[in-house]
Amino acid sequence: MDSPSGAAAHAEVVARVLAAHAGAPGALQPILQDVQAELGFVPPEALQAIADGLNLSRAEVHGVVTFYHDFRLAPEERPVLRLCRAEACQARGVEALAPLASADPRIKLETVYCLGLCASGPAAMVGERVFGRLDAAALRRLIDETAA
Amino acid sequence: MKLFVPRDAAALAVGADEVAAALAATLPEATIVRTGSRGMFELEPLVEVAGADGLRRGFARISAEDVPGLVPALRAEAPHPKAVGIVDEIPFLRRQTRLTFARCGLVDPLSSSDYAAHGGWRGLARARALGPAGVVDAVSRSGLRGRGGAGFPAGIKWNTVREAVSDRKYVVCNADEGDSGTFADRMLMEGDPFLLIEGMAIAALAVGASSGFVYVRSEYPHAIRTLRAAIEEARGAGMLEGFDLQVRVGAGAYVCGEETALLESLEGKRGQVRAKPPLPALQGLFGRPTLVNNVLTLAAVPFILAEGPQAYADFGMGRSRGTMPIQLAGDIRNGGLFETAFGVTLGELVDDIGGGTLSGRPVRAVQVGGPLGAYFPRALFDTPFDYEAFTEAGGLIGHGGVVVFNDTVDMAAMARFAMAFCAAESCGKCTPCRLGAVRGAEVLDRIIAGDRVTANLALLEDLCETMQLGSLCALGGFTPYPVRSAVRHFPGDFDRGLEAAAE
Repeated sequence: MDSPSGAAAHAEVVARVLAAHAGAPGALQPILQDVQAELGFVPPEALQAIADGLNLSRAEVHGVVTFYHDFRLAPEERPVLRLCRAEACQARGVEALAPLASADPRIKLETVYCLGLCASGPAAMVGERVFGRLDAAALRRLIDETAA
Repeated sequence: MKLFVPRDAAALAVGADEVAAALAATLPEATIVRTGSRGMFELEPLVEVAGADGLRRGFARISAEDVPGLVPALRAEAPHPKAVGIVDEIPFLRRQTRLTFARCGLVDPLSSSDYAAHGGWRGLARARALGPAGVVDAVSRSGLRGRGGAGFPAGIKWNTVREAVSDRKYVVCNADEGDSGTFADRMLMEGDPFLLIEGMAIAALAVGASSGFVYVRSEYPHAIRTLRAAIEEARGAGMLEGFDLQVRVGAGAYVCGEETALLESLEGKRGQVRAKPPLPALQGLFGRPTLVNNVLTLAAVPFILAEGPQAYADFGMGRSRGTMPIQLAGDIRNGGLFETAFGVTLGELVDDIGGGTLSGRPVRAVQVGGPLGAYFPRALFDTPFDYEAFTEAGGLIGHGGVVVFNDTVDMAAMARFAMAFCAAESCGKCTPCRLGAVRGAEVLDRIIAGDRVTANLALLEDLCETMQLGSLCALGGFTPYPVRSAVRHFPGDFDRGLEAAAE
């Protein structure tokens, strides 16, 4: 669990992000994105503060956080590798590669539906870096790099 | 020496940054321009060098290790095995009609002056001279239709927003390009962002909007960065007077590519679809009249204004005027962006231009128009790329994505994937989509297991009809396209004789 000082640091980040978006219409999504960019997740205890800052109910904020695939309410312990498993990457053989990544306990494999690299697949993303033309050897190298 | 190395994500994904760094270290005297991509992704990273004759010669699939050996060839002192000659003369490029993508891969995407030197900003100047009514008239006469998928006449939508009376109006660009097999929006935002910005400035002028948003999906971080930098540059160049344009980033919801869900998301809510009417053109973002267009629609407008609507309408067939940036993807040899006038057949695109499969296996099925598009068998390869012709053939052109599958594809698995995708991405607002997609995947599981195949296929057909007719938006409404087309054209993949064997 978070230490009290962690919670205080979270509150400080949330307050700063809220102030940066003060008065902007429809700012909930950018606020959540900024908080997650700094902390790696949206702390559940931050939902009330965000709701208060935007004059929303906590339920409304919770509803938005849980609607979108990008937001997480808990920190991700392992490095995340996002593998595209949409149709174009399927046609280029991603399904044969996916077990390699899912079997590796050092990383968290997430499925993404399309990275816009549909003639360069199978494709993956780690952070903001993109990787194409993956075969088994290239994916193993990428998993090792990601885990390191 | 002037070199060009793409910064498009599809080039970065195969090592373009490493190549650019190696070139800079090896040739410190060279100028390296980071361009967008030419859209020939099998050739990336494609390094180009400007010759004394003004022509650019290319070297394909260059790695950082290739760079030292490449130097003599870049100086035109020696041949190189990876040389592809004059890039503009590569057949895949030469056969295109690039109106929207005319500059992509050629220019520095963040140089407003480079953009102007290649004919940019002329459409906006013309629009300012014509005024709102004149701009809408030009867009109408060009025959431009919405490139996001629906194909709705742009001029009618623009005029509706223009005539709406309100204290405030918005222009929203839908850059939530979630369809698998599509990357044209991404390429354009990374390779020629000023074109989109110019298109939006023209749209704002035409409909009387003072504020605009580009909603870009979060899976496109490079496009987001480039576009944000380009907006600052355009503002500095005085191109956005009276128009507050900003980028908003999606949060991983496919359904936000649907325009009303996108507007909800922009308002900071769950990306749930709204019932129409009211049309967004009359009550859109924050309840105000809002013009929502796809990247490619808005990016087609500067040409229409600069060259006149007839120059655009001269291309195409029937009621599909102008060009379509078609995206060739999946198991295809020459994958990439192919912009051409409407009317090219599916067979020409796949076999001729695309060069068949990359794997060398026979083509079995082609999905056109993203996850909600129909699967086409070879028997329908004479279908011309045209909104009406694709509708007649039981499909749609959508955002222009063409995904090729070889003979190892299991069409029952693809049909199941379509339902599972819909279930994962449904916004949950309407029952046919929210429940239908889950039940659809279950019924397909039973069919795949050989459980009462005939009865379950009838049930699936019934379910598809309910989803198609009863869903609020295209997610639930069009998921039956891939499912039904797979069943219709590839029945053997669904009824494998397991039922008979079990009896």
